[in-house]
Amino acid sequence: MSVADFQPVIGLEVHAQLLTRSKIFCGCSTEFGAPPNAHTCAVCLGMPGVLPVLNETVVEFAVRVGRALGCRINPVSIWARKNYFYPDLPKGYQISQYDQPLCEHGALEIDTDDGPRRVRILRIHLEEDAGKNVHDAGGGESLVDLNRSGVPLVEIVSEPDIRSSSEAAEYLKALRDILVYLGVNDGNLEEGSFRCDANVSVMRKGASQYGQRVELKNINSFRFVQKAIDYEIGRQVELIESGGRVAQETRLFDAVRGETRSMRSKEEAHDYRYFPEPDLPPLRIPAGYVERIERELPELPRAKLHRFVGTYGLPAYDAKILVGDRALADLFEKVQAVYKGPAKKLSNWFLGELLRLMKEEAREVGALRFTPPQFASLLEMVDAGELSNNAAKDVFAEMFRTGRSPREVAQEKGLIQVQDTGAVEAAVDAVLAANPGEVEKYRAGKKQVLGFLVGQVMKAMKGKGNPALVNAALRAKLGD
Amino acid sequence: MEPTELSMLELGKKLGSGELSSVEAVRACLSRVDRFDGQVKAFLMVDREGALAQAEAADRRRKDGRRAGPLDGVPVGLKDLFLTEGLPTTAGSAILEGFVAPYDGTVVKLLRAAGTPIVGKLNMDEFAMGSSTENSAFFPTRNPWNLETSPGGSSGGSAAAVAARMVFGALGTDTGGSIRQPAALSGIVGLKPTYGRVSRFGVVAFASSLDQVGPMTRDVPDCAALLQTIAVHDPCDSTSAPMKAPDYLAELEGGVRGMKLGLPREYFELPGMDPEVRASVEAATRALEKLGAELVPVSLPHTKYALATYYLVAPAEASSNLARYDGVRYGLRAEGAGNLLAMYGRTRDQGFGLEVKRRVMLGTYALSAGYYDAYYLKAQKVRTLIKQDFTDAFRTVDAVLAPTSPTPAFRIGEKVSDPLAMYLNDVFTLPCNLAGLPGLSVPCGFTKASLPIGLQVLGRPWDEARVLRIGRAFEREHDFHRRTPPLRAA
Repeated sequence: MSVADFQPVIGLEVHAQLLTRSKIFCGCSTEFGAPPNAHTCAVCLGMPGVLPVLNETVVEFAVRVGRALGCRINPVSIWARKNYFYPDLPKGYQISQYDQPLCEHGALEIDTDDGPRRVRILRIHLEEDAGKNVHDAGGGESLVDLNRSGVPLVEIVSEPDIRSSSEAAEYLKALRDILVYLGVNDGNLEEGSFRCDANVSVMRKGASQYGQRVELKNINSFRFVQKAIDYEIGRQVELIESGGRVAQETRLFDAVRGETRSMRSKEEAHDYRYFPEPDLPPLRIPAGYVERIERELPELPRAKLHRFVGTYGLPAYDAKILVGDRALADLFEKVQAVYKGPAKKLSNWFLGELLRLMKEEAREVGALRFTPPQFASLLEMVDAGELSNNAAKDVFAEMFRTGRSPREVAQEKGLIQVQDTGAVEAAVDAVLAANPGEVEKYRAGKKQVLGFLVGQVMKAMKGKGNPALVNAALRAKLGD
Repeated sequence: MEPTELSMLELGKKLGSGELSSVEAVRACLSRVDRFDGQVKAFLMVDREGALAQAEAADRRRKDGRRAGPLDGVPVGLKDLFLTEGLPTTAGSAILEGFVAPYDGTVVKLLRAAGTPIVGKLNMDEFAMGSSTENSAFFPTRNPWNLETSPGGSSGGSAAAVAARMVFGALGTDTGGSIRQPAALSGIVGLKPTYGRVSRFGVVAFASSLDQVGPMTRDVPDCAALLQTIAVHDPCDSTSAPMKAPDYLAELEGGVRGMKLGLPREYFELPGMDPEVRASVEAATRALEKLGAELVPVSLPHTKYALATYYLVAPAEASSNLARYDGVRYGLRAEGAGNLLAMYGRTRDQGFGLEVKRRVMLGTYALSAGYYDAYYLKAQKVRTLIKQDFTDAFRTVDAVLAPTSPTPAFRIGEKVSDPLAMYLNDVFTLPCNLAGLPGLSVPCGFTKASLPIGLQVLGRPWDEARVLRIGRAFEREHDFHRRTPPLRAA
């Protein structure tokens, strides 16, 4: 027996910070990176006598998430207090939602090795984030930073429909892409604005009953998700194989050692004493609200991917990269809307020059200086033979840096190929007249001479002759 | 006549005409504090300089023709549960000793806008948990009518200060009777408004779904005027009703002719009721009948469950509301704890009194996994039934009359070791909080031992105007509220 004889069963709980400007229950800023406790007030410090007032944008963002994941939006949901003591939790309770969450029963489709799979979403609820304890401050003291206290979160809980660590990573990536597309989350695992806990169990293949599940906490990168889950699957299988039993517990992933270790057992588990939050009335969603949000939902990554493949005829590889960044995909469509050439050609430019320069200059799509019509006209100049591919790259780099029109740049750099057949013919005539010996050789059958003659014409035209036109003119004059 | 014999509105008139100054009024209050508070012990803190400065500002406004309203310059006191920027706020607890509030609560802001100088912060049962002010971490307050007895609680300091004419009016809070019971026991008027009528922002929370701020005054017109000042929708309190309060003085003198007033069987049949209280309250109901009201027997059948329901709901919410007093950010922190858990435990052990600990434990238990359904959830269901009782009664009557407290003021120390006996003192006031209704207590007589008795008027939600009108109709017929306790300077 080995890991291969066991079926892992995984459910994920994702906490995603919502990108509202202010906190969920007070007016403090949610901006990351401020000096400790700079973004706090009496409310998010849990002073005596303070009361929460709901930030309505938070609800709008959560409904976006709920509808994007196909959830039912409950017309009435209930705020609840989750009670526990910790220095980063100033009120001694977290305002959350418990038995009546805002969103329920959705699904997220992911790609797996065996084709697409639907992972059901059990629920999505709103809650406030806690602050942060800082333990390595020196002097044996711990410090508390409450800037994050009250930052809005959605908790997205999946059903145990995930069957491997790679599926888990796929689910998280797909979920993150959606949240970023919706403009409600920045998708940043490292800064903790997108966090994941995993419930992992294993059962013998063919068994009908799930094994005892273990909760894994502190998984803060896609790489760690897979590592933590794989480690935990291995640990559980080994335990069962050696005749042991998996205990109900919460385990912490140690990224340095690449292992999970017990954080608290079932006996040490908190009794959160949930009860309805008396300081907040039930959250009521007015009629027509969900429909309005739905109308304003953007096209989601998966649908866009299918459309990029279907409508533009792009290879899946290209489409995936373009769709991976909503702004990039939007830019692609804007350029393609004016560009008359094939989409694949544009895609090559996006995946090649554009992304390379964006990476080199660390520039986001939103900060690009050129306009979509400029990009399109650059490509059209290439298509029309006015610019060679290499010259176009030079022009693009300049256009990327300055936002100047490609034609202007090409003209200034003298890169435009002469299209005037009269000028080409005149140059050809002059070269033929000046090289009667070579003409003779060619006519005698020594066709290699053509290359030399082309070179002479290009030289005469200072490199601006369109090679195709020069070739054609030479052949015609030489009687081919 | 001493200025302190005047009501708030009477003083307000004299301040408006220039016959008296606010500074004189504040000085008169401070003089009574100096003479009597050594015995009564109503104040936890007297803000002499602050009150005088506010009085001077009020006098300047009058001279400039910019009076803020009818109560501009009228000195008041605050139960020490209201956060006041720059002043200590203790909630009667050692855990908040030395805590200086970083902001003014909404009603405090409203009072400041109305121009009422704040004479000081008044004693209370710790975190408003109690019915005698004996649970104050600092000292018990004494009833000005008989210094051996309690003024009631938890707003006992507020009631005693108003009764002893040390302030013209005060604000209290009422979670299960904490305004009305001390008002009754101290011979003053006290109103618990409809839940949601007055903002709770900046009021130290006890039980959030029951707490309500209200006025404590010498007569009903003052009560109406003070309610008018604070009954303002507050966007900082999500349970504050988004509606405009009516003019509470407009119909105040309209009388009770034609009104149907309910006498709930369950209240008058309580076995433990003091016979003098019963007689006095029954006499008051007959007086109202004489004034043209129709007395109608009604039944509130779930009344007997109110006490048990209250002592599940209120402690459950309190156990959560008091979690923030953990020694981390403000207030007391126990010294010498070696780790976080010990710091929490010792801080809360040293900082909380016996009754607070009892209720935190009761509430924690009621919310625990496996007990929630049997206790908290069941209590919420019964609460709905109690509310329904009143809804049914108000289909036939306009208001309900009842005693405020089953006994007059009891001796200090008499009930403090018997929590259940103390809890029973609130049996007539609790249902009103559970149902979220407005409830008024007005003086309706005295016992042979010269202890005050209160009549309670319970109204429909948002119907404070009618409740006050009934109280006023009765008040006009007698002088109970005009009597002054027999205090002698020590």
